[in-house]
Amino acid sequence: MIQDAEILVVGGGPAGLCAAQAAAETGAKVLVLERDYAPGGQLVKQTHKFFGSEKQRAGERGFQIGEDLLKEIGTNTRIRIMTETTVLGCYEDGVITALRGNKHLKFRPKRLIITTGAAEKFLAFPGNDLPGVYGAGAVQTLMNVAGVKPAERVLMVGSGNIGLIVSYQLKQAGVEIAAIVEAAPRIGGYLVHASKIRRAGIPIMTGWTVKQVLGDGQVEGAVICQLDDKFQRIPETERKVECDVICLAVGLTPLTELCWQAGCEMKFVRELSGHVPVVNDNLETTRSGIYAAGDVTGIEEASSAMVEGRVAGYAAAESLGHSPEIAAQRREEAIGDLRQLRAGPTGGKINAGIEKMKREGGAVHVNLYRYSH
Amino acid sequence: MRITEHPVRQFERGDLVHFFYNGQKLEGYSNETIAAALHATGVRRLGHSPELHRPRGLFCAIGNCSSCFMTVNGQPNVRICVTKLENGMCVEEQRGKGVVPT
Repeated sequence: MIQDAEILVVGGGPAGLCAAQAAAETGAKVLVLERDYAPGGQLVKQTHKFFGSEKQRAGERGFQIGEDLLKEIGTNTRIRIMTETTVLGCYEDGVITALRGNKHLKFRPKRLIITTGAAEKFLAFPGNDLPGVYGAGAVQTLMNVAGVKPAERVLMVGSGNIGLIVSYQLKQAGVEIAAIVEAAPRIGGYLVHASKIRRAGIPIMTGWTVKQVLGDGQVEGAVICQLDDKFQRIPETERKVECDVICLAVGLTPLTELCWQAGCEMKFVRELSGHVPVVNDNLETTRSGIYAAGDVTGIEEASSAMVEGRVAGYAAAESLGHSPEIAAQRREEAIGDLRQLRAGPTGGKINAGIEKMKREGGAVHVNLYRYSH
Repeated sequence: MRITEHPVRQFERGDLVHFFYNGQKLEGYSNETIAAALHATGVRRLGHSPELHRPRGLFCAIGNCSSCFMTVNGQPNVRICVTKLENGMCVEEQRGKGVVPT
């Protein structure tokens, strides 16, 4: 049986929840599919206070923002959230398939909003597959959601905001940080986070990287080495580091499988951290009726993901004729908020990436459908 | 090891439950994932790679990477990082690619 849905949102993170909220606000009925057992995405593990403007709830901690959002949505009868439901495919006739427990579900939505978020990048070094090499997100989940100490002593790889913030959170949880190694010649994250780390006595080693894992079947230590300005290893600079976890905080990349499958035009944009769907100002992809919002359109922050979700939610509802004037007005407001969020110095890279995404040419077309005939 | 005092968070762990890990009886809580319960007792080797049999642990912990596959109540390839712990659950290290029970 194929179930009808007005607006289907794939992913119940900050972008998806805000898209659902915006669309429902103007009268649309929304179904959100979430693969985890609870909605909220990665907000649930963010124990630090967010930046941005007050309108985007700056100054509040990520998990509190998530809790508030879910409370607001919980009372909205036009929104239904199905958890433990993994979307599997997007077919050419517009049917979306999903797996819930052992049940195979099919939906035919009038509009689709893809808010699948991002996946952590990996790094190549001997032993990187052994237990104890964790993504920064996994470390956060263990300590900030489950309240389990993920390690005794951690080597952090990467000094972007995630590497810095997670190091500080590890220290709060009583875990020692051996060092933060950073391949680039300078610290990647905000100075305010880096200063906190320095004050906590954690060394940040720029121009260093992890060379290999030490240990029999699991991480018992690491070898680090220095890099030159071309990111090549400098011989005889190896040092042993005692640690039981190597935490990789080397960036994220958009989770775009559904966009590819739907036949959306895709582009590789370095500033947006990978392949992204080409979208217009309303965040509609080149497939009419399919929208994308949040990290799937380029790696940014939760605050901008939430605003992007609102843009897509209003746009989708508006296109279905739900309070079109109000929806259009709020969509314009949200686009303005987005512009404001990206006006600061850190928005430069994102704006450059969006320019590249919108420029003609460079698109990758993969006609997946031909294989189904 | 569990974090008992945290400057920002309070952990609502739910009810104490028992489960079996490779036949050994262990304790965990109803509000946590199998992965969290195992890590709390110090177990971080969760399985082996199907071909080279190298030890495997968590990587993403959000149900994306498939590194944490284990056999749960006879069902192979369960992503234990997004599966809640239940009383009496039987969790085992998986050998090979797993066979779906008929």
